[in-house]
Amino acid sequence: MVDIFGLYNYWIVIFLAMAGMYIVIARGNLIKKLVGLNIFQASVFVLYISFGKVTGGTAPILVKGVDTYSNPLPHVLILTAIVVGVATTALGLALVVRIRQEYGTIEEDDIHSQDESM
Amino acid sequence: MLSSHLPVLVIIIPLIAAPLCILFRGKDQAFAITLLATWGSFACACVIAAQVMSQGEISYELGGWPPPIGIELRIDALNALILLIVSGIGSVVAPYSRNSLLLEYVEDRSYMYYSSYLLCLCGLMGVSVTGDAFNLFVFLEISSLSSYVLIALGFDRRALTASYQYLIMGTIGATFIVISIGLLYQATGTLNMADIAERLPQHGYDRTVIAAFAFLVIGVGLKMALFPLHQWLPNAYTYAPSTVSAFLAATATKVSIYILLRFLFTVFGVQFSFDVLPTAVPLMILAILAMFIPTIVACFQKNVKKILAYSSVAQIGYMVLGISFVTVTGLTAGILHLFNHALMKGALFLVLGAVFYRIGSCNIDRMAGLARTMPWTMAAFVGGGLSLIGIPMTAGFISKWYLIQASIEKGWWYIAVLIVVSSLIAVIYIWRVIESAYFREPPEDLINVKEAPLSLLIPAWVLVLGNVYFGVETSLPLSMAELAAKTLMGGS
Repeated sequence: MVDIFGLYNYWIVIFLAMAGMYIVIARGNLIKKLVGLNIFQASVFVLYISFGKVTGGTAPILVKGVDTYSNPLPHVLILTAIVVGVATTALGLALVVRIRQEYGTIEEDDIHSQDESM
Repeated sequence: MLSSHLPVLVIIIPLIAAPLCILFRGKDQAFAITLLATWGSFACACVIAAQVMSQGEISYELGGWPPPIGIELRIDALNALILLIVSGIGSVVAPYSRNSLLLEYVEDRSYMYYSSYLLCLCGLMGVSVTGDAFNLFVFLEISSLSSYVLIALGFDRRALTASYQYLIMGTIGATFIVISIGLLYQATGTLNMADIAERLPQHGYDRTVIAAFAFLVIGVGLKMALFPLHQWLPNAYTYAPSTVSAFLAATATKVSIYILLRFLFTVFGVQFSFDVLPTAVPLMILAILAMFIPTIVACFQKNVKKILAYSSVAQIGYMVLGISFVTVTGLTAGILHLFNHALMKGALFLVLGAVFYRIGSCNIDRMAGLARTMPWTMAAFVGGGLSLIGIPMTAGFISKWYLIQASIEKGWWYIAVLIVVSSLIAVIYIWRVIESAYFREPPEDLINVKEAPLSLLIPAWVLVLGNVYFGVETSLPLSMAELAAKTLMGGS
């Protein structure tokens, strides 16, 4: 039973991923969809950072008397993934601004009915 | 000296040219830079392909750091063929974009278009040369982000929603791929694809690896528009500017198929992907559904670009069908179709770009009688269309022939029948366009339409003639596809 709570950060990962995906699928508001997408991506960041952690390890900086370090590679990878995530969000928001200029709304249903009536 | 750095040059050239376009800004300077960069990387890709075919696999240590620690670029026959396709299409579409309506639309900001185009090319080339799993994700996102921008440039406001939808689906797909790479790293402790492949059998196939596999197949399936996950594709290709549709339809989904091949066969290994897990049967069912449902939907579309977009989803089905046979012949057919489809879809979308340039629409009714006013353009459409159906003497015939051979070799003659039937349905939608253009009276306001300018016709005809050439003289793509298929199958 200890294991279930010992791996609590993986539970957080799964919860965040499911919550993010649910928002992307269930919400019609374009901004809310992007928020959901961000939450989903954040769950992956937590996943990478979690498995880079070595129990009892510290930050990977050479210090006397310390010989256990956390694995820095996943952390560095996720730095890259965060940059990609920021770029995606920025581009998504820019698209939403343009969509609002053209359609006057950011609700998916309204946009869809405007396209249908054309 | 320089030739040993070719693998990295194919990525570096467009990567450096992209900001140069923004620095110089001028319409002509940006165009010149794009042309030099695309042709330069195509030349590099040709030399690489020749090297791979004569000397075998090339490995390049990025920055001089040896592989498991440094990033490795690794090129075998499959990578070389994908490189040829991407850079070849890139250098045919680049001169075409100069005279397209798109640039008049964006006016003095055309350097932005060129810069995104080069970044997209850089990302796609990067995916096809890298031997590092995380690096692959980063390049994939470079190409995806720039393709969202390119699609959103379309004239119709629906281009914006199409691009947004693609962004959401594409990002979910990419995030699935990152999860999969993370889980693989967790299991093996390395990101180098060859290393992962080596260590996975020792690690054993536990739940982590199976989860990684599932995330990867779904993620790549989203990116390559495998049948039920294709929702983003038809609108994105329909409303994107013609140059962009031609470029993306011919390259983006192909590179995703390459990722699928690389992971299924090299990283996870044939034994795990197809013996331990029953991947082949679901893939085959999806492929057959993809061959039929989008093809039938295409028959009822009014917009010719949408017809071609749905047909692209169907063609992905043929490629996946080839993969799902898990034989050398099947893989050869799949890879060959990947090459040929790039040629025919590139050609057809470029033709539609020329049509749109003159009549401002790709609607099948507006194209009535167009063969009288634009004979060369419509002749090119017929050429590309015949290849799409798979008439003998065109490239499309060769790959379908190999697909049928592969299914008969397996003893599944009913699949061979299905391939022929779905090709016959494709005749319907191509014929609808031809019937409208050749046998109907043009609308009154379109009687005096002029033939498309040469700068649009020449690139389109280059690809159409490519279809004919590779339909007769098949040795180049065939030998590469066969070698690639043997390498993939031999990896287990």
